[in-house]
Amino acid sequence: MFGLEFPPINEILRWKDIFPTFNKIGLIAVIAALAGILLFLLASRADAKKAPTGARNLAETTVEFIEEGIVMQTLGKSGLGWTPFLLSLFIFIFLCNIPEVIPVFQMPATARIAIPLSLALLVWVVFIGTGLKHQGLDYFKHLLWPPGVPTALKPLVGGIEFVSTIFVTPFSLTVRLMANMLAGHILLVTFALLTESLILAETKQAFLVPMGILPFGMLMFLTAFEILVAFLQAYIFTILAAVYINNSTVGHGDEH
Amino acid sequence: MEAFSAIVAQVDPADAKNTAAAASAGYAYGLAAIGPGIGIGYLVGKSVEAMARQPEAAGMVRTTMFLGIAFTEALALIGFVVFILLKFA
Repeated sequence: MFGLEFPPINEILRWKDIFPTFNKIGLIAVIAALAGILLFLLASRADAKKAPTGARNLAETTVEFIEEGIVMQTLGKSGLGWTPFLLSLFIFIFLCNIPEVIPVFQMPATARIAIPLSLALLVWVVFIGTGLKHQGLDYFKHLLWPPGVPTALKPLVGGIEFVSTIFVTPFSLTVRLMANMLAGHILLVTFALLTESLILAETKQAFLVPMGILPFGMLMFLTAFEILVAFLQAYIFTILAAVYINNSTVGHGDEH
Repeated sequence: MEAFSAIVAQVDPADAKNTAAAASAGYAYGLAAIGPGIGIGYLVGKSVEAMARQPEAAGMVRTTMFLGIAFTEALALIGFVVFILLKFA
C-alpha cells in the first residue's frame, strides 16, 4: 500500500495482558472510574458557602451542564432525580474517551466493544425497569402499539416497534459509541504512521521529508477534533439514555 | 489466451481474497456514507434555518439536532464496522 506498512488491526487495538484477563483497556477504565470518583469526593470536601474553586468549580459546572443541557431538555423538571445516574454515565464515558488524545495512553477504552456494550445494556435495563415501575404491565402494550393504530396494522406495527425498542436501541447505542471512537483512533494512527514514514527512514527520498509536515498538520487538527468527538459522544450517549428513559415514563405519546 | 491462464495460475488465492476484501471494504464504506451525508447535511441546514428564524428557540433546536444527527450517523458507523470486518476479519 504505497510503501506504507499499516500494522494489523490487533496491533493497534490489543496489548499484552498486564496480568491474566486485565490489560490496558481495563486499566484505562479503572483509572477513569477512580478519577471521576476522586473529582467528586474532592468537590464534596470543599466549603459550600464560599465561592467554588478548583475541583468544586469543575464539578459544579458539570452538574449544571447535565441538569440544564440534558435533564431539563428531555425529562423536564420531574426528571431531576435522574441527574446522578446521567451524571455518572457522562463522566465515566468522557473519561474513557479522552485517553484517546492523552500521551502514554493513546487509546480510548470505549473503542473496544466491551465497555459500550455493558453501558448500553445498563441503560436498556434501566429504561425497561422504569417503564415497568411507572406503567406496570401496560408498558409492554404501550411499547408495542402507539395509541390509535388500526387493528389490521397491529401485528406489523407491533413487530417493528418491538424489534426497534428491544434490540435496535442497545445495538445502536453500542455501535455508535464504539465505532466513533474506533474510527477516531484509526485516523490518528494512520496520520501518525504517515508522518513517521515520511520524515524517518522508510522512504529514503530526501524530497519527501519536508512533505511530512502535511500529515503532521492533519494529525494536530484531528487531535483537536477528537477532543470534541470524545465530548460529543459522551453527551449523545447520555442524552439518548435520557430520551429512552423519558419515553418509558410517559408511555407512547399519550401524555405529551 | 494461454498467457492469460498463465497469469491466473500465478495468482495466489490468499492474495486474491485479500484484494477482493480490500476493494469491497472500500465500496461498503463509500456507499454507507452517501445516505447519512445527505441526511446530516439536510438536518443541520434546516436546524440553522430554524435557529436563524427563532434565535430564542436555539437551545431546543440544537438538542433535537444532535439527537437527529446521532440517529442518522448510526448508519454510516455501521458501514464503518462492516468496513473493519471485511478488511481485517
